[in-house]
Amino acid sequence: MSAAGGGPALDVTTLTAHRCRELLAGGDVSATELTRAYLDRIAAVDERVQAFLRVDESGAMAAAAAVDAKPRGERQPWEGVPVGLKDIFCVRGVETTCASRILQHYIPPYDATIIAKLRAAGLIFLGKLNMDEFAMGSSTENSAFQTTRNPWDLDRVPGGSSGGSAACVAASEAPWALGTDTGGSIRQPASLCGVVGLKPTYGAVSRYGLIAFASSLDQIGPLTRDVRDAAALLDLIAGRDPRDCTSTGLPEPAGTPGRADLQGLRFGVIEEYVGETCQTGVREVFQSAVDSISALGGVCEVVSLPSVERGIAAYYLIAPSEASSNLARFDGVRYGHRTAHSEDLYEMYVRTRSEGFGPEVKRRIMIGTYALSAGYYDAYYAQAQRTRTLIIQDFARAFERFDFLISPTSPTVAFKIGERTADPLAMYLSDLCTVPVSLAALPGISIPSGFSAGLPVGLQIVGPHFSERRLLDAAYALEQCLDVNTVAPLAEVSQ
Amino acid sequence: MISRQEVEHVARLARLQFDEDELSRLQPELGRIIEYVEQLAGLDLSGLEPTSHAVPLKNVLRADEPVTGLSQAEAIANGPDVERGQFVVPRIG
Repeated sequence: MSAAGGGPALDVTTLTAHRCRELLAGGDVSATELTRAYLDRIAAVDERVQAFLRVDESGAMAAAAAVDAKPRGERQPWEGVPVGLKDIFCVRGVETTCASRILQHYIPPYDATIIAKLRAAGLIFLGKLNMDEFAMGSSTENSAFQTTRNPWDLDRVPGGSSGGSAACVAASEAPWALGTDTGGSIRQPASLCGVVGLKPTYGAVSRYGLIAFASSLDQIGPLTRDVRDAAALLDLIAGRDPRDCTSTGLPEPAGTPGRADLQGLRFGVIEEYVGETCQTGVREVFQSAVDSISALGGVCEVVSLPSVERGIAAYYLIAPSEASSNLARFDGVRYGHRTAHSEDLYEMYVRTRSEGFGPEVKRRIMIGTYALSAGYYDAYYAQAQRTRTLIIQDFARAFERFDFLISPTSPTVAFKIGERTADPLAMYLSDLCTVPVSLAALPGISIPSGFSAGLPVGLQIVGPHFSERRLLDAAYALEQCLDVNTVAPLAEVSQ
Repeated sequence: MISRQEVEHVARLARLQFDEDELSRLQPELGRIIEYVEQLAGLDLSGLEPTSHAVPLKNVLRADEPVTGLSQAEAIANGPDVERGQFVVPRIG
């Protein structure tokens, strides 16, 4: 393993971030060697995986050299550990596109709050990761620039919208990565790529410098190889921020999960998500996870949350409505694409936006504009917001009886590239099990729970607001018991 | 169902335009999505308050203190067309 002094190249394929930290702290590897090893890994496999939109080799190597120049005793705990970033976070001086033509060549003049925090903690930014344009999608096929592939089967999607983030961790191109989740965009790709993905409680993490999709839902979170890394990365980014008045931080740090059993904990199995809605293989893996929970001393009981069946309908009114408002800022005046020819301001707006946005973004802007337009507001948007209240109440009632709620993260395993692109509604239903959790602003984690025909299946565990510490602790106990491989077979091909 | 006229009206509101091909795909797509979300229209939710923010939070205030923001040069650096420190746009209407 040691790469110090020109030894054999460091094998990064099985590394977690906390293992990277140990290697750095012990002097087994320098930050430069570690960063080089990940850049080499990216060079070896990303042509196939297509997770990265841009790799910042010079920036990463310079940051690593700066870490190595510091005596080890003066470094912070995570200093020198590389990380991948979804291309939705503003990084000062680094092109940030949201995988959209309308933001191509945009260079943010400031850092997002989470970027400033990671920079201060000494993490090394490897580059920007592919995503569905403006985080709208469940397969990363809506990127304006490239199609990311699932490292477990290159003919399949990695999920989305944080597909680049999930794929890069599964393919060992980074020990961990950051994504965003509006209706499932961290948990669903984590499930499809066989990694851990955490959507924190709404407000736990500042959204300042995150390019907005649906502001009442968007939340930043980690995609990692194990639960301990998810807790560590959450602690690095969480906190109240005066620049985001909806941010509250967490009541206590997640710390280092270490729970050995699930004695005394009650798990509610969400009835609506374990029936015919799921593929047989997904149901089988889910059942074995339920058995593991019981074996660890936890109690599992079925609970019905009738309103979650309205979740997708409410979400596809609320999220597009907020998006139509948020994306009004892309007008060709202050940044981003501007059309080459226009006679007047109106024409400039229309041409700029029609050239700059892709089909799914346009569809959502249209739905949102329609839902908010005169005469329809009460029937659509207000009714969706009342449905949201109903969903919040159903979850609150369930948490009176249960510590956590569980379901499959995704009703299916990773689907084939192109399989759902022709039918927007079929794509929307990919987020069936994750969307209501977002509407209720609850924390949810997807952990690898097994395989169906060689493809990863994730388990979603949902807790009450701000229960991240307990949630991660329980997820850790289950993770140890399930002991699922998170290294995609792609690793073997390239070595 | 959403009519062709409605699609064109909403597109104008959204500052988007679609050619004939796009419109002939978009109209039925939007129609199916709207038909799906219309399942909410039949629910009796009259006793429920609409939720716009799902975690309890109110009156977030901060001290009104000046801070240094971006310089003018930084703020306009991404502008597609700038002149003498200002954004240039085509004539209005």
